[in-house]
Amino acid sequence: MSSVLVPDIRQACVEPRHIDGEPERVRRIRAQAAERFQALGWPTTRLEEWKYTSLVPLAAIDWKTDERQPEGQDPALPFGDRPVAELTFVNGRLHTNRSALANEHPGIRILPIREAMETESFGQHFARYADYERHALTALNTALWQDGAYVEIAPGTAVEGFIHLLYVGDGNAGHPVMSHHRNLIVAGRGCQITVIESFSGKGTYFTNTVTEIVAGDGAVVDHYKFENESIEAFHIGTVQVHQERSSNVTSRTIATGGGLVRNEINVALTGEGATLSMEGLFVLSGRQHVDNHTLIDHVAPHCDSLELFKGILDGNARGIFDGRIIVEPDAVKTSSRQTNRNLLLSETAVVDSKPSLEIHNDDVKCNHGSTIGQLDEEALFYLRARGIGEEEARNLLVYAFASETVERMKIDVVRENAGRALFSRMPRLKAEGRGQKAEGGLR
Amino acid sequence: MLDIKNLHAGIDGKEILKGLTLRVGMGEVHAIMGPNGSGKSTLANVLAGRPKYNATSGTVTYLGKDLLALPAEERAREGVFLAMQYPVEIPGVNNIYFLKAALNSVRKHQGLEELDAMEFLQLAREKMKLVEMDETFMNRSVNEGFSGGEKKRNEIFQMAVLDPKLAILDETDSGLDIDALRIVAEGVNALRSEQHSVLVITHYQRLLRYLVPDFVHVLADGRIVKSGGKELAEELEQKGYEWIEDEVLAAR
Repeated sequence: MSSVLVPDIRQACVEPRHIDGEPERVRRIRAQAAERFQALGWPTTRLEEWKYTSLVPLAAIDWKTDERQPEGQDPALPFGDRPVAELTFVNGRLHTNRSALANEHPGIRILPIREAMETESFGQHFARYADYERHALTALNTALWQDGAYVEIAPGTAVEGFIHLLYVGDGNAGHPVMSHHRNLIVAGRGCQITVIESFSGKGTYFTNTVTEIVAGDGAVVDHYKFENESIEAFHIGTVQVHQERSSNVTSRTIATGGGLVRNEINVALTGEGATLSMEGLFVLSGRQHVDNHTLIDHVAPHCDSLELFKGILDGNARGIFDGRIIVEPDAVKTSSRQTNRNLLLSETAVVDSKPSLEIHNDDVKCNHGSTIGQLDEEALFYLRARGIGEEEARNLLVYAFASETVERMKIDVVRENAGRALFSRMPRLKAEGRGQKAEGGLR
Repeated sequence: MLDIKNLHAGIDGKEILKGLTLRVGMGEVHAIMGPNGSGKSTLANVLAGRPKYNATSGTVTYLGKDLLALPAEERAREGVFLAMQYPVEIPGVNNIYFLKAALNSVRKHQGLEELDAMEFLQLAREKMKLVEMDETFMNRSVNEGFSGGEKKRNEIFQMAVLDPKLAILDETDSGLDIDALRIVAEGVNALRSEQHSVLVITHYQRLLRYLVPDFVHVLADGRIVKSGGKELAEELEQKGYEWIEDEVLAAR
């Protein structure tokens, strides 16, 4: 019985982490979250929300945080010097050499979150949206978060360019290493901002990340997530979005990496006339397992949401799209469309598609659907009949399937980077000359 | 150029071509006519190498090579072009990018230098005029959202760019209005030369008014049952196919 009292993450028992100068509210939340994690335990496949994904391999490892200060190693920066601001985290800790804050820009406030805990917005918004009462991994993150980004954009500020948050996992820490990032993005009334989160790394490690985004009245927020973790890594990521009146949020997720991955994106449309465009693309091979879990909650009237997730699976990969849309009783005049399309490139790849709509009033326009298919043989023949080799023709068609999501990305450097990431990871796209084709295909 | 001898072929084990023999010389235009179900499209697809269409016996020799032994892309690179009856829509594949990749794989195979983007665009613009195609088509996905006539014109445009030695037109004329028909015929006429041969497969004689063939063959029940000059097409138009079928039956 005494083992219950000894902190052991495998038993869902953790000591809440505390940071120097932490406000009392944060200490209290961390303690509550640790209790909730213990009470909830690791999610099992008996839970409807986790029915396709077993965390047994993750929960079997005695993960510890990496307490060393990142130094020496220079993570590659995918966007060069293009971001207006950039924060790099290695194993959950800020890499100060590789981070540039843009606080000389009026209206933009970017801080490591551990230095932002006294701000008014932090007090107002932190942990208000990501639900640590019911979600075990969010509770774990809330109890243990080490650092992250705090981004606050003043009302009416249009940020040109984008803010980049880069997370690097390093599995060579001498022990199984876990990282818990916590981000808070507060976009004030009528502002405009683009935030990109990229995940990469090497070896075996466990990333557990929570990003809360508040889009104020009329704010325009674009959020991109590039999940390109090491193939041996575990990644649990939650993006929690709170949309106010007439706000406009674009969410793009591209998942190409990781061994066992859960991408959770939850959006609440709480103000009238808010719009959401959510797209995801997962490109898997080998034994990768990627579970995309989305929730769009239409709370207020006159909101639009458009959701499209696409999967490309080869080898023995397993992909999941579990998307739920709820239209609350007051959310009249809701327009909502949800689509999941999957392309299977091998006979052993598996995809589970579970789109669902829950409508609680009768004045809405909603539809959803999903497809699972193989490459179009007719199209393949058409290309070959014009002289294009079979391998190249397959590549073209696979890329074509993915391209709409990539091509709708508004920032050139981001779109190009996404194209390159896809081509480098697409199982059948590894032949020579690929880079060129990627760029050609992107135009 | 093309020598088909006693070709038996079909799809899914069903024999459709039952001993077809045909010779197409360099620079000649041959029309193959015949009623529905006679095997016209099967012939086109067997020649182009469409999967599932298999030859069970007979030979097809193209410029001295065993055509049936080559995969579809090799046939295209050797200069065989099939203008499809039902051009497929390929969302996400850009028309101009696709055609440049196709042309360069053909050129590479033939030992010619690949064209760069500028050279290709220049060529494409020139050929677009030929088929009266708007340049905006080029930046759209292959055939996506094209009308029936636009799809057929796109086939002829591709043919003009790829400059094949043997062009096979599989019912390119069906469903076209008179303007589109004229454009298609002009596209093919522009290709005609002593080095280019054309096989026009059609149900109707209409197209042959603009695209005058050197030889006309009638295909019935998987065999060429009658061959003649361009006047045979007119006879078929007036009398229909029944008299041929009667003749064939009578001969058995």
